[in-house]
Amino acid sequence: MNTKTIALPAAEVEPLHQEAWTEVIVPRSRLLDLRLGELWRYRDLVLMLVRRDFVANYKQTILGPLWFLVQPILTVLTFVLIFGRVAGLSTDGMPKVLFYLAGVTLWNYFAETLNKTATVFRDNSPIFGKVYFPRLTMPVSIVISNLVRLAIQYGLFLVFWAWYLWCTSSIHPNACILLTPLLILNMGLLALGLGMIISALTTRYRDLVFLLTFGIQLLMYATPVIYPFSSIASHYKWLLQLNPMTAVVETFRYAYLGSGTFSLAALTYSMAISIGTVLLGTIVFNKVEKSFTDTV
Amino acid sequence: MSQSVIKVENLGKLYRLGEIGTGTISHDLNRWWARVRGKEDPFAKIGQVNDRATKGSSDYVWALKDVNFEVKQGEVLGIIGRNGAGKSTLLKLLSKVTAPTTGSIKIKGRIASLLEVGTGFHPELTGRENIYLNGAILGMTRSEIRSKFDEIVDFAGVERYIDTPVKRYSSGMYVRLAFAVAAFLESEIFIVDEVLAVGDADFQKKCLGRMKEVSTNAGRTVLFVSHDLNAVAQLCKRLLLFSTGLKDFEGDVETGIRKYLSTYKSSSHFIRKNAPRNKTYIKEVWICDANGDAVTAFFHDQEVHVVFNIEIEQGLLLKPDVFVIVLDARKRRIFACELNALHPQVKLVIMPRQLVRGEYSLITLINIPNKQTVDELVDICQFEIVDNGSQMSKHGGYDYGMVLGKYRWDV
Repeated sequence: MNTKTIALPAAEVEPLHQEAWTEVIVPRSRLLDLRLGELWRYRDLVLMLVRRDFVANYKQTILGPLWFLVQPILTVLTFVLIFGRVAGLSTDGMPKVLFYLAGVTLWNYFAETLNKTATVFRDNSPIFGKVYFPRLTMPVSIVISNLVRLAIQYGLFLVFWAWYLWCTSSIHPNACILLTPLLILNMGLLALGLGMIISALTTRYRDLVFLLTFGIQLLMYATPVIYPFSSIASHYKWLLQLNPMTAVVETFRYAYLGSGTFSLAALTYSMAISIGTVLLGTIVFNKVEKSFTDTV
Repeated sequence: MSQSVIKVENLGKLYRLGEIGTGTISHDLNRWWARVRGKEDPFAKIGQVNDRATKGSSDYVWALKDVNFEVKQGEVLGIIGRNGAGKSTLLKLLSKVTAPTTGSIKIKGRIASLLEVGTGFHPELTGRENIYLNGAILGMTRSEIRSKFDEIVDFAGVERYIDTPVKRYSSGMYVRLAFAVAAFLESEIFIVDEVLAVGDADFQKKCLGRMKEVSTNAGRTVLFVSHDLNAVAQLCKRLLLFSTGLKDFEGDVETGIRKYLSTYKSSSHFIRKNAPRNKTYIKEVWICDANGDAVTAFFHDQEVHVVFNIEIEQGLLLKPDVFVIVLDARKRRIFACELNALHPQVKLVIMPRQLVRGEYSLITLINIPNKQTVDELVDICQFEIVDNGSQMSKHGGYDYGMVLGKYRWDV
C-alpha cells in the first residue's frame, strides 16, 4: 500500500495519511464539538444504564416499583396537612390533594433529575477513571430513568384526576393537556442542562455540592408547587416568572385542573431557557469530561 | 510490513501535585489569561521531570513527557517500568480516560482498555445482566454481546451462577466473568493493565493464552502493562521501558528487561548494624551480577553472585563453615551451599539454569557442623529470577516444581 504513495510529493501524501486514522487524541477539542453522534452509537449503553438504575434499586424489596408511589402520596398528605390545614394556603379553589399532587409529581421529577445529574462525575468517578465511553450517556440515562418513575407517578395522578373528574365538578381540564409531553421535555432538558453545568463545576469546586441540596429545596419555594401563582402579590410576580419551572407547573395545572394561568410567552421563555441551558451544559460538560479524572 | 495502528507523538501529561483547592481559581484565571493572550500555559513551563522520591521545587510534574512511539498491527507490545514511571498515565491517555497536555495520539480502530476488570459491574445485578452492562460500557452493542454471550459464559466458567447477583460471587468468579467479557470484545486494539494479578494460576494461563490468540490469529494489537516480567517475556516481542515519565528504551524484550533489571536497585544489601557478642560474624551480604553490578533480579540463565564480608576472630581453634540456604517465596528451603573455610570476603556463585522463576531469599550462617551455630541470618537478600525462555516457560502458570531439573530422555 505504501509503495504507491511514496512516489507522490509530500504535500499529497499528508492528507491521504491522515484520513486513515479513525481517531486522533489531542489536548483540546473544539468548543462546539458536542460529539452527539458518539452518544448515538452508545445508545445501547444508555438503555442498559436506565435498566440498571431501575432494576438495582428495587432488587430485594417486596413492593418493588410501588415504592415510587409511596413517596408522592406521603408528601401530598404532609402538604395537605401542613400547608393546607395548618398554614391555610390557598389552592385556588382546587381539591387540595389534586393540587399538591400535580405540583409534587412534576417537581419530584425535576428535583430528582437535577440532583442526580449534578453529582454524576462524583458518583461515577470510579468508572469514569477506568474506561472511556461518552460521559453524556450518564446524565442522559438519568433523565430517562427518572422518566420511568415520572410515568408511574403521573399514572397515580391520572387515577386521582379521573376520580375527581368523574365524581365532582371541581376541575375543568382543557386542550392544553396535549402540551404534557412538551412540558415534560422542557423539565427534562432544564434539569439535564443545569445538572451538567453543576456537575462540571463540582469537579473543580466542591463548594457547589453544599449549595445543591438546599438550593433545590429553595428553588421549590420559588416555584408554585405548594401555592398557586395567582396568590403572589402582583409586583413580585415577575420574579417568579424568571424561574422557568413556574411556567411548566402553571401550564400543567391549567391544563388538567382549569385553574392557574396559561401564557404562551411564559412557556416560550421557559422552553428557550431550557434549550439554552442544555446547550451550555453540554459544552461545559464535554469540556470537563476530558480531564476531570485529574481533579475530581 | 504491516501498518501502524497507534502513533504517539510528543505526548506529555502534566499533573499538579498537592491539594487542589485553594489557589485553584487563581491558577485557572492565570491560565485563561495566558491563553487569551496566545501564550503558553504558565504552569506547564515550570513542570519538572517526575521523580517521586526526590523533593521538587515545582507543584507541577510531567507524569509523561515527549513520548514517541508507534505500534504495528498484530503486535504485542509490553510496557514496563517502576511504579510512577508513567505507564498508567500512558494507558489512561490511550484509553481516553484523561486528555494529554501536549502532543497527540493517532489510532486506527477501536480500543478496548482493561485498566481494571469489572468496571461498572453492579453488585445487585445478575451475572447475565452484568455481562450486558459491562459489555455496553466497553463499547459493544447489544446484538454483539448476545452473539458472544455463550462464549463469554463458557470462558468464565460460571454457568451455574449466571442468574445470581454478582455480589454473591466469590472474588475469583467475579474476576473471571469480568475478564471474560473483555476478552471477547470486538476491538482491534487491546490495552491490558495488570489484570492478570488476580485469578488462580489456571485462569491466568487461560488469559495469557487468550491474549496470544487474539494477537496471532485475529491480528489484533495488544498493549500489555505488567510488573510480571515472566508474563511480559512470554507474551511480548517488543518492549517499551519507562522511567520518570520518559521513554527509556524501545526494542526487543530481552534487552529491555535486562535494562530494566539493571536499573532496579533495591535494598537487597544486608549490612550488620550492631555487632553480636560472638567475635566471628557476617558483616555484610549483597547480591550482584557477574559484572559486580548490584541488581536484584536475574534471568534464569544468569549467574547470581552473593558476596559476603565476614569478621573473623583471631586464633580460632575450630574453623567454622559458611553455609547458605536458598529459600523460595514460601520460605521453603530449596538447596544449600557450604564452604569448608572462612575468609574475610567470599563470593558464592549460584549457577544459572537451576532456579525456576520466582522470588528468593537466603539464610546465611556460620557454623561448626553438629556443634555450634556461630552466626545466623534468616531471610535476607531477596532476589528474583525471571524466566526468559527455559524449556518450562511455556507452561506458564502451572506449578512445575522448585528447580529446573537436570535430566535426559532416552527414546
